[in-house]
Amino acid sequence: MSAESDLKVSRKMRLLIIEDDRDAADYLVKAFREAGHVADHAADGEEGLALALHERYDVLVVDRLLPKLDGLSVIGTLRAKGVESPALILSALGAVDDRIKGLRAGGDDYLPKPYSFAELLARTEVLARRHGGREDTLYRVGDLELDRLSHRVLRGTEEIMLQPREFRLLEYLMKHAGQVVTRTMLLENVWDYHFDPQTNVIDVHISRLRSKIDKGFARPLLHTVRGAGYMIRDGAR
Amino acid sequence: MTALGKLLRTTAFRLTLVYLLVFALFAAFLLVYFALNTRRMINEQIVRTVDTEIANLAYRFDRWGLRGLVVSINTRSVHPGSSLYLVTTPAGDGLAGNIGSLEPGVIDQIGWVETAYRRIEEPDAAEHTALVRVTRLSGGFRLLVGRDLEERERMFHILATAGRWSVAIVVVLGLAGGFFVSRRVLRRIDAMSDKAQTIMAGDLTGRLPIAGSDDELDRLAANLNAMLERIEALMRGLKQVSDNVAHDLRTPLTRLRNRCESALRSAKSEQDYREAIEATIEESDSLIHVFDALLMIARAESGEPRADMTAFDAAEVARDVAELYEPVADEKGLALRVEAGAPAPVKGNRELIGQALANLLDNAIKYSGSDSDRTNSVVPEIVVTAQAEGDRIALGVGDRGPGIPAEDRKRAIERFVRLEQSRSLPGSGLGLSLASAVARLHGGELRLDDNAPGLKAVLILPRADAN
Repeated sequence: MSAESDLKVSRKMRLLIIEDDRDAADYLVKAFREAGHVADHAADGEEGLALALHERYDVLVVDRLLPKLDGLSVIGTLRAKGVESPALILSALGAVDDRIKGLRAGGDDYLPKPYSFAELLARTEVLARRHGGREDTLYRVGDLELDRLSHRVLRGTEEIMLQPREFRLLEYLMKHAGQVVTRTMLLENVWDYHFDPQTNVIDVHISRLRSKIDKGFARPLLHTVRGAGYMIRDGAR
Repeated sequence: MTALGKLLRTTAFRLTLVYLLVFALFAAFLLVYFALNTRRMINEQIVRTVDTEIANLAYRFDRWGLRGLVVSINTRSVHPGSSLYLVTTPAGDGLAGNIGSLEPGVIDQIGWVETAYRRIEEPDAAEHTALVRVTRLSGGFRLLVGRDLEERERMFHILATAGRWSVAIVVVLGLAGGFFVSRRVLRRIDAMSDKAQTIMAGDLTGRLPIAGSDDELDRLAANLNAMLERIEALMRGLKQVSDNVAHDLRTPLTRLRNRCESALRSAKSEQDYREAIEATIEESDSLIHVFDALLMIARAESGEPRADMTAFDAAEVARDVAELYEPVADEKGLALRVEAGAPAPVKGNRELIGQALANLLDNAIKYSGSDSDRTNSVVPEIVVTAQAEGDRIALGVGDRGPGIPAEDRKRAIERFVRLEQSRSLPGSGLGLSLASAVARLHGGELRLDDNAPGLKAVLILPRADAN
């Protein structure tokens, strides 16, 4: 199983990239295409707004500082006109309060520059799926079952005892089963912190979780995606 | 601008002029009021005595006739003084008295009048003024009794002179005082602005002079000095940052560049290129990390007021962060214990405080060494604490590592300082300074204590519900 095949699991997305830097935009369009998605590009805020109003996109990737109309205004106008496509804000301003401002303005996620494409891809895929509104009470991947109401986890018939945080970690991974989940996404969604931990704290948590859900079973479910993060899925599919 | 022009333009001098005008007007008003009142009083007194005298003389006239009156008048006229008398026939010819000449018609007017006159004994002297009353006696005789007004005029004159002098003295003293005060103020202001000029020219160590009188100028100078102190500290910090940035970013950048060059020169297979590129990305990620930390420190130190301060429980943050790092500690054979039972309310940025605590914990784990370094079998413990100390909240991380010698602790908080014994460990050297910047942003501090043995780093933050 190679990293490339892992990256192509998600369904095809249609994206709009609103970014004024030509090089960065070209790179993103090309990279999204290589990942199996379709990406349009707008070079300024007004063009981006017009495109987003007339076409249907699964995800908008919006640079914060744009000519003619800044990114937050674009998102604000779209929301006011009833366009609900999820938007991810790219910003060179990475500070904590800047991020909060972006999310308040109607953005759904926020990624400071410079970012890795794997991170951006994982986040846009989660955004595109999230928009479908999937909030089951029972998650199932292969023979692994997580009941969100009774907080019970079963692998086959065997009950697995998890710490509360391990449960939330597994819950998040299973909610996005088949999708790559990055370390920072885990830190954000499971621990509610947005800083970059210096050491491999998340990796150690994952390896603990892995030893509980995969150890002793023939088929591993929790996979490491090189250079990107983690994914839970039934390998045989 | 001439020195005098400058002096005249000072606020102190202008104020002096205004006060001077007010005081001069006030003095003039007082004197005029006083003079008018005095004049009225003198007039009243004259009227009273003249009325009495006339009644007296009229009585004599009634009792003893014209002869008796004339005798009385003559007796009284002999005394030199301000009293004036004149008795005339109905035709106006003088019978007795001490008045030589009068303004024409005065004697025919019954009642009070002010008139010029000459005394009978000095017909060539200058005319005097007098206040006189003329009455008609039976038979058409006229009786005039009056008082010379010289006394009144002299009094008036004295008061006028006093008035002129006092106004003159007020003006002179006021102007002199104004000059003196303005020059004194001006000299100090000049000294301050001269100093400010040299400071602006680049000498940031300069400070404004303080006279030591603890007046408003001193307070102003002291406050400006405090401001300069802060500016200087910021500038020093900035310079140090740029020096350190130059050093600590150049080193990894050089490494990055070398790696690319060597890959270009000697990589044989695709695998070699792949490894080189992956290493390059890793290196650039750590560069970004250093850069982010620097930016955050700079932002925290600039002390810009933040909108996103909320109240939260620091004990919960301590538990969360400890829980986040617990597996890492466990993997290195360290026991991580949390002592954070009671709520520790703090108002601030949970994200930044969490990150600061994570940095401290990261350091503690890093410097505790790994299992293989340790000779004895005791499991070293890292203790994360959150507790209220009076009106402050202390978030502490104590380890059993080598600690930091007391003399190095202050330096350890500075940016990029990595003490000698830690050079071999990975890290940006920004962890402690970031934690310190976060603490200061919240109005607290980072304290490094001896954990005997080991280091205890404590974030001191103001308690949110402290009254």
